[in-house]
Order: sequence, then C-alpha cells, then structure tokens
Amino acid sequence: MTGKDGFSVVGQGRPKIDAWAKVTGETKYADDLALPRMAYGKLLRSPHPHALIRSIDTSRARALPGVYAVITGRDFPSGKYGILPVSQDEEALCVEKVRMVGDAVAAVAAVDEETAERALRLIEVRYEVLPPLMSIEDSLAHPEVRIQEYGDGPNVHKVVALQFGDVEAVFGQAALVREDVFYFEGNTHLPMEEHCAVAHWGPDGKLTLWSSTQSPHYVHRLLEKILDVPRAHIRVIAAPVGGGFGGKTDPFSHEIAACKLSQVAGRPVKIALTREEVFYTHRGRHPVLMWIKTGFRKDGAITGMHFRSWLDGGAYGSYGVASTFYTGALQTVTYKVPVYRFEGARIFTNKPPCGPKRGHGTPQPRFALECQLDKAAEQLGLDPAEMRRRNATEPFTKTANHLTVTTTGLVECIDRVVEASGWREKRGRLPRGRGIGLACSSYLTGAGTAIYWNDMPHSGVVVKADRGGGVAVLSGTTDIGQGSDSVLAYLVAEVLGIEPKDIRVHPADTDLTPVDLGSYSSRVTLMAGNAAIQAAERLRARLFEAAAKKLGVTASDMAARDRRVFVRDEEDRGMSFAEAVVLAESMHGVLAFPGSYAPPKRAGKYKGGGVGPSPCYSFSACVVEVDVDAETGEVRPREVWVAHDVGRALNPLLVEGQVEGSIYMGLGEALMEEQVFRKGLHKFPSLLDYKSPTALDMPEVHTILVETDDPEGPFGAKEAWQGPLLPVIPAVANAVYDAVGVRIDETPITPDKVVRGLELGRQGKPARVGRERLPVFTFPEPRAVESAFGQPADTVAERPFAS
Amino acid sequence: MKAQLTLTVNGEERDVLAAVHKTLLEVLREDLGLTGTKHGCELGECGACTVLVDGEPVLSCLTLPIECQGREITTVEGLAEGGRLHPLQQAFAELGAAQCGYCTPGMLLSARALIEGNPTPTRDEVREALAGNLCRCTGYSKILDAVELAGLRMRRGGQPERSEPQARAGDSPGARRAGQPERSEPPARAGDSPGARAMVEPKA
Repeated sequence: MTGKDGFSVVGQGRPKIDAWAKVTGETKYADDLALPRMAYGKLLRSPHPHALIRSIDTSRARALPGVYAVITGRDFPSGKYGILPVSQDEEALCVEKVRMVGDAVAAVAAVDEETAERALRLIEVRYEVLPPLMSIEDSLAHPEVRIQEYGDGPNVHKVVALQFGDVEAVFGQAALVREDVFYFEGNTHLPMEEHCAVAHWGPDGKLTLWSSTQSPHYVHRLLEKILDVPRAHIRVIAAPVGGGFGGKTDPFSHEIAACKLSQVAGRPVKIALTREEVFYTHRGRHPVLMWIKTGFRKDGAITGMHFRSWLDGGAYGSYGVASTFYTGALQTVTYKVPVYRFEGARIFTNKPPCGPKRGHGTPQPRFALECQLDKAAEQLGLDPAEMRRRNATEPFTKTANHLTVTTTGLVECIDRVVEASGWREKRGRLPRGRGIGLACSSYLTGAGTAIYWNDMPHSGVVVKADRGGGVAVLSGTTDIGQGSDSVLAYLVAEVLGIEPKDIRVHPADTDLTPVDLGSYSSRVTLMAGNAAIQAAERLRARLFEAAAKKLGVTASDMAARDRRVFVRDEEDRGMSFAEAVVLAESMHGVLAFPGSYAPPKRAGKYKGGGVGPSPCYSFSACVVEVDVDAETGEVRPREVWVAHDVGRALNPLLVEGQVEGSIYMGLGEALMEEQVFRKGLHKFPSLLDYKSPTALDMPEVHTILVETDDPEGPFGAKEAWQGPLLPVIPAVANAVYDAVGVRIDETPITPDKVVRGLELGRQGKPARVGRERLPVFTFPEPRAVESAFGQPADTVAERPFAS
Repeated sequence: MKAQLTLTVNGEERDVLAAVHKTLLEVLREDLGLTGTKHGCELGECGACTVLVDGEPVLSCLTLPIECQGREITTVEGLAEGGRLHPLQQAFAELGAAQCGYCTPGMLLSARALIEGNPTPTRDEVREALAGNLCRCTGYSKILDAVELAGLRMRRGGQPERSEPQARAGDSPGARRAGQPERSEPPARAGDSPGARAMVEPKA
C-alpha cells in the first residue's frame, strides 16, 4: 500500500521496532548483563576538589579475602587521553594530582560489591591539599594555582576570537543597540540509567567491553591508546542505552578500569556507577556567562551582533573546545546577522568537567539572544513574533560565519505556533500573573566534521539479505532511546519494499558493524540513514537485475513494494521479495552491501570553521504560556506549543516524542535544574534534591511538525531531538516577563528570583534579576574573516562516497 | 548472614538463599535473574525499581524480601499473560511511551496499580499516580496517553478496537497522516505493529 508522496513506510506513525522488548523488560542494558565468574568493581574517588597525591597504599585492600584485583594509575601506560585530540588531559586513575571531588585514584575488583567497597576503605591515600578554584572568577584571579598545565592561559582552557565583518561600524548606524548580560546555570543529563560497563579480557588476550555508551567507536579508539593494546584485539559493544542526552559520549574511568581489572583478575568485571557517581561524572551543560550586543534597524532587522561567552568548564577538557565554539556558532543560522563578532573563553575550575548535553553549547546563547530580541522588540514597539519572522535566514544561503543554510521552515514554524497558541489575542492582554512568550532556534543535523580528522565515512551500514526474505542491517549506531534502530529499519524497508518487521537491526558492535561515529550532534538519522539507503539501494539493484532477467524485462522497469518485486505498471508480473533474493543470490553470490556517508565538505576556511557546519539545520519556534504566582514567585507552565521543521517526519509518532521530550527537558532547565557546588562538593547529587519535572509538573504540549524536504536528508529528513529544546527556555523567560513584568536574565527561573524581581519593581528599580559583572578578562584581537552573509549556497554540495 | 526465603513472584514460588540485608531489587535482579526491574538511585527517589506487592506499588530498592514472604510480587516480567501483553504494555508500545525504556517497567507497574482500581482515571489522576516515576525522555505526554488508552481498552475487555476514541495525537499533519485506515485489524500480540497506526487518529 502506498501512502503520501508514494511512500509505503516513511511518514507513518508506528511503534519502534524495540518497543516490545522495552515494555516487557527484555531489553538488556549494560547492568543487566552477568557473565560466569564475573567480579564487581568499584572506584576509589577523591574527597578533595584539588590535591596532590603523595602516596597510595593498597596493601591492606589486596589482603582482604574476596578481592581479586586492585589497581592504581601506575598500572596504566603513561600518558593522558581525552575525547578531543587537542585536550589530552584525563587519566582513568589519577597518578599525581586530583582536580575535582570524584576523580578516581584506585579501583578494586572483588567477589561482590560489598567486598569491593570494604576494600576501597582499606586503601590509604595521602593527599596534599591545594587551594580549590570553584568559579571562573576564582580561576582567573589565581593564575599562580594551576588546575591544568596546558591551555590558552593560566586556568584558561580555550580562547576563541573571530570577527566576520566590522560590527562597530554597523552599531554606529543602528536605530537601536542593546547590550545585555545573561547567565545560564549548569545542569546535568540525569539519564535514568546509571552508567555501567562490563569488561572481559579473555584468555586469548582479547578484550570485550559492553558499555552504556553513545559512542562505541571513540571508546574503541581510546582504549587502544589508554591500555596500549592493538585495537584489533579490542571489541566494544554498546548495550542499549537507558538515556544518554550527551552524558555517555566520553570514555570514562569506570570503563577503562573495568578493562584493566579484568585483565589483572582474569575474570569478567562489572562496574556500575551509583547515582552520586553519575552526578560527578557529569559532562553536562556548561554554566555560561554571556554578554551580547546587537544592533537593530527600526523595523527590527538585526544589523550586526557581538557576542561574548565565558564557560565554566570544570577540571578537564572533555568536548569543551567544541562547546566553546558552539556558544558562538548558530546565532547566525536562525537569523540574518550580516556582520558578527564572537569571543569565547573556557575556564578550568575544580569541578566535574562539563561537556555535551542536548543542544551542546547552544541553549545558553539561545537564551541570551531570544531574551534580548524580546527586549528589543518592546523598545521598538514591534510584535516579537513578527520581528523574528523578518529576521529569519533565507534558504540556500551562507551565514556571516560561513555556514550553509539549506532549507528552512522557520517562518512557517513561527506562523504555526502564533496561530495555534492564540498569540495575537493573548500577548499583552492576559490578566496579570499570566503571560505568553515566544522564541525560536535552529540546530545541526549532525556535526559536519569528525572528532578526529580523517577522510573516512562518518557512518557505515551493511545490508544483508537472507534467502528467506529477511534483511539484516548492521550499523555502528547506538540506540539511546531516540529510535535510531527503528529509523534504519524504516528506511531500508522503504527502499526494499518490505515491512520493518522483516528487518533486524544489529547496532554498535565494533567487531561486526561498520563504524558510525556515535549518537551525538543529532547525526544518526541523517548520516546513518543516508548510508542505509545507499546500502539498500545497492541490494535492490541486484534484486531488480536478477528479477528482470527472469521476467525478460530490464532492471529499470522493476519496482519493489508490499514484499514483492514486480514490473512497474504491471504489478501481477513479479515475484515475492524472498524469491527475488534467491534469484539474485544465485546470480551474484552473497547479498551483502555497504553504504557509506560523510557530510558535504563545507567547513569555513578559517580556524574554528569546523564547528558549526552541518548538512542541514532544523528550525523550531515555541510559544509558552505561564502562570506566575506573585506571592510565592512560582512559575507554572500552562501550555506549550512547538512547531519544528524536521525536513520530513520519517515516523511522526517518534518525532512527536522527541519534541515532547525536548519541551520537557527545556522546562526543567528553565525552571528548576541546576548542577551547583558548595565547598567543592555537588550541592545535591541525588534525584530527590536535584529538581527535575515530574508528571505533575508537565503542562499540556502541542507539537506541530513542519516539513521542508531537505535535499541533504534521508527522504528529506532533518533532526528532531535537540533543536526543539532550545527555544523553550527563553520562551519561558519571555512569558514570565509578559506575566509580571520581571526580567529573569539567568536560569533557572526559580521562585526566589521572581520574588526578588517583583520586589525590585515595587521599589521603583529595574525589575531585572541576573548577573551584572563580567569577568576581568581581555580577549585577543579577533581573527578577521570576511562575512559570507547572504552568499548563495554552493550549487552542488560535494558529498563523499555518494556514488 | 544468609536467609532462606520463599517468594511468590509473578505467580511462581521461588526459593532464594540470600544475604539478609539484600533488597528486594537486588534479589529480583541478581538471585532470580529478573532484570526487567531497574535501578536508578537505590534511594527510593526515582521509581525505576517499582514492583507490585499484593497489587500495591512499592519501591523494591527500599524493600526487604523478608517482608514480602507470603505476598504476591509482580514485576514487569509478570505483566503479560501467556504471550498476550497487558493492555498497558500494548498501549505503551503503540504510542511511543517507551523511548530509552529504562523507566518503563516501573512506570508500567505504577500505572497498573492505578488502573486496576480505577480504569477510568482522569489525566490528573494519572499524573498523580505516576508522579513518583521519573522519566527523562518522553516528557510524560505519551505515557499519560498510553495509560488512558489502556484503561479504555480494559473496560472493553482488553482489546484494541477500530472504533475506539483515539489517543491524543498532537497537532501535526504527520500524526494525522499516520491515522489513515489500515488493511488489517490491529492485533494485540507482541511484535505486531500495525495497531499503532490505527491508534493515532486525531480526535474528531
């Protein structure tokens, strides 16, 4: 049966292929694995935020009955590692120094967890405590205390300064120039599944690691370096991930320690983190202080923008260099910004390192920009929706910072949420205490460059046909709940004219599946999807060739649908899919075909131009309506509308789920979530005290899908998992202002801040709550690059492996 | 110190020799191999380890097995009967209420405790009943939809019907497209998918 646009599978709402296993408890997450003779591992972690390690005595732990292995950092080859080649600053177990509470210094494998814990208490570590630097200001004020020995300055991990055209010149001619300061508090992923790894170093000298990881390929690469074992002898299998959100994208101490412990103990070893350890493992949202200066014409058109960000990076690099660039990358993709200047600095502090969380580096500037636009619209007497509409980027153009926008549905997104929410009727007309706010965003559909420079595919897929008509899809992708296994099944089913149920997807096993870089940057649907389509088309070509020969027609006459291969326009002339497989295998031999995908090479030709490019961008618009209690300061979202340009909804049910989850997480970040520290310790490393929205906190949400059929996407699809989060947070802030006239220029918008703002208003002061002071920090002269704003997109994007 | 216990789990008597301080969660997962029950905190904060004891939801991470002797323990593995999914499981699968799936077992059992006593809960009653089960993926919307749909079906004998009022389907054209009539009756057995497509027709 054929649906819209001639598709059989694409565009239909259907359950995920793994839904049945998930509702019956059959899905085996990493901690559900148990191997014969398996030992349990535990990590000894530093209680100090900053200290030198003077000695570690493990003798008493080793002597404890039931202990199979005790290791320290000295058991690893020397040298550090890190996810980014430019930030090799981590150790699985610290040797000379700890830089945060939670840094691991030793590990134990024992007969059970209790014995392992007892053994940890018998390890004696002598520390020499150093002064902890717990904020950007602390770290900059004390260059004599060094957290790391590398970077762009004392305690400065990375500094970026780029200029695309002369912003000062346009500010001189603008009708309105606004300068605002915003602060976005750090928060964490909080996946429901705590990280877990099971390692088995076999008697053949080969290592297998099962882990809850979003990027098995990167773990595979780094284990080779960290353990000094040939990668050929290491196999990494990503178990189904019980929520990642970016928090399982680095290689972690517990994964590495499990491997080493297994080698020493001669047994499989499992290490499952506790919830408290997960909070300290972190790699979540950077706290970012921002200054943004924007020029506007009278009609609201942006004439230029100067943006500065200071990121509190924590103790290690992680993805921080990319995070820093991302704070400045995408402002220009959403709106027309003819000239643009960006300066960013990431500062080391003695806290768990920040890294990628849903939206990676972009929710913070999005909050700043969208709140500033709201203020500017008010000053200019413009409807904030109409003002954004006028500023929306044009399709198939380049931005000031040389990013290529292909399709954009932003104007339609704005129109749809304005319509659905009753924006025009409600804005400024709701009773005091009730308000409505709007914001927009854009996001990558996959990072255009890999973590490490190479010319190989970013995604590989093998499609193999069985004589019985079943099809196996082998792919290095990791399903973290977003439904990537299902999407691959839908795409292959569509191409081959079979049902998704006929397909088994085998993900993320470095021995069996071609490399996929991982489930991050919203890349899997587009990149692995395109690779899967290519592989399936190669298989289909063989099937058509064989079937056509049998039927006495040419291959180009053939079609596949409803589990049949037949002559197009003569549906009765044909055969079952399985029969076609038998004919094709008889003719060609084994039917297993690869597909490869690498994004078009469009990175701007300047240092830093590699962060921000993507095959295409999703766009979103959001309206939030809130109630604000003027007595308690409590903000309760009443309703949320998000319109999202997803290119094409391959399965609208799944896309809606991604948008709804984004709204949820955005509301949490807007109103309650914060990862903050006191005296070197996480203030509330538990699920009870770290506030996140429950079913009672969630308002009704409305998802509107906009389709733009992007030429880069698989059947036109773009991403759906990160972009829709971004506008929610500023839309809440703007709604709070509409409700009670208070500007909360920092997240989370907690009741105490609202009450303070109202009190300031009553005292006749500006009703604004937020940071005012900026760090004392001098950015270097920016690298001057010509603005590419408004240039047409390259007519033909060069996509490697396309043929 | 270990103790010999007899537990009734999913209708089966199981003998266990386990350390007395082990929680029900640990005994279920480690001694009985029922890994469907999940852990998210081991402190009673997240609801992932929810099981039913005599039909009431309890946090198995805070429960000692010895307290459960002679009582009926139900885990996610015990929801389906003879290969036929519980209507809650069916609805969760069809509506996309399980994304990463890690909170799903606990969510299903909390929902079952609600729905067995009250097959027509209001949306606020569902929210209240599930407020102790955290989910980070879905934003809860599809979970609430699924519980309501399952309640509806249970009133009608557990079967999906073509004519039933539909689950909330959002406002997207995609979702409306998804609701085109189907060739076949939506089956209720695990692994069959077309049911979902019939389920997501928009409200008239």
